[in-house]
Amino acid sequence: MGGESTKVISNEVLWGGGQSPFSVSYGKMMMWYFLVSDALTFGGLLTAYGFVRASSTDPWPIGEQAFRSLPFVEGEYPLIYVALMTFILIVSSVTMVLAVEAGHRNDKREVIKWLGLTIIGGFFFLGSQAWEWSHYIHGSGGTFLLNEAVVVTSDDGQTFSLNKGDAVYMDHHFGHLAEPWIEGEPQVSLVESDHGVKLVEMGEHAHEVELHSLTLNKYINNESHVSGADAMKLWNARSESFSFGANMHVNEYASQQAYANFFFFITGFHGFHVFSGVVINIIIFIMAYRGVFERRKHYEMVEKIGLYWHFVDLVWVFVFTFFYLI
Amino acid sequence: MERDDLIVNDSYALNAHHSEEEGAKIRRNTWKVTGILTLLTTVEVIMGIYFKRSEAFSWTMIKWTFIILTVVKAAYIVLVFMHLGDERSNLKKAVLAPYMLFIAYLLFIAITEGFGHLGNFNAFH
Repeated sequence: MGGESTKVISNEVLWGGGQSPFSVSYGKMMMWYFLVSDALTFGGLLTAYGFVRASSTDPWPIGEQAFRSLPFVEGEYPLIYVALMTFILIVSSVTMVLAVEAGHRNDKREVIKWLGLTIIGGFFFLGSQAWEWSHYIHGSGGTFLLNEAVVVTSDDGQTFSLNKGDAVYMDHHFGHLAEPWIEGEPQVSLVESDHGVKLVEMGEHAHEVELHSLTLNKYINNESHVSGADAMKLWNARSESFSFGANMHVNEYASQQAYANFFFFITGFHGFHVFSGVVINIIIFIMAYRGVFERRKHYEMVEKIGLYWHFVDLVWVFVFTFFYLI
Repeated sequence: MERDDLIVNDSYALNAHHSEEEGAKIRRNTWKVTGILTLLTTVEVIMGIYFKRSEAFSWTMIKWTFIILTVVKAAYIVLVFMHLGDERSNLKKAVLAPYMLFIAYLLFIAITEGFGHLGNFNAFH
């Protein structure tokens, strides 16, 4: 009978003596411990990403090439959109620091102001991520795989010997019209044209799109465009295998599926953290507004949710580097 | 159960209030760190757009530059924005020590097992 728990030890020797060993409250210490464990989860995910990428024998897409569109703007701007997302998150982290600082002065008005701006920043980030996911899932133009070996010359004079199963990328409009044609949509038909081939859509939204050029090595090194008779050679060698954008089974960004799955999981898991952060921020915002912390005479809850919010920013800093830059 | 989110004595961290002047100083520092983080991110983005991937030595150097810049950014966020730099050293160690172990473990795994895919990977199936 009688282990350590039954010994009589004075409270001053134990941690129950009204003293905090770390000079922080229980709640804040537990928030730190939660963040330590959560960071290890993200560390594990990014490590898994690194190992899978290093052992992949298929080409791995270049992050910034897979995300090169901007909303409302034509053209290609690699990395700019993700940089914008990073900047939004940094700014919302700063407004959170200012909310915590205002809390230390018991300044209710300032806490509400900065916390409100933090919530708005969080919504902007979530919106950006929704757009990025939507764009990633829908794809830019789609791709088809070759059914036989072809040798073509690109517009800049390089010769490519392509094998069966290699991917060829369609440009934006042709790909989007090709999709209903592949699915047997009766509204769309494939006809010969002066240059080679064009897709014609009948009915309410009648228009036609010519096959101008096809792209090789999209998303990886040495991206090249092929047009004219060489493009027709590629088109005629196509297999039945078309894909557009990405889902959990196929994707146009790479011949392996690991990259797309890691993208969905890691940025999705991070986005879920941002979402939870925004929800908790809103709860604390309402509590601050109703004067709960004023009556408590301290704003430590703002500090605790602040820790969580900065952590979300911290994780994004690593995701940005390992997913998009390297 | 006794609540610890109520202030019981002045030595307690919950009572970490500061005056308007101290606040102004903290805010100045916050904006300074914001500037540094923005600058580092801008450098990363410009490097990311400008340099193309290759197997060359320079790309290895660029990769390491990205990683070092990331760690610097992370240090600013944790030590200044999350105020870990202002906490007592035992809390600092309790938070940071697990990562030292984690990194040592990762290095060990990468060095001992990292080449599995190049050799007789099929032996494991």
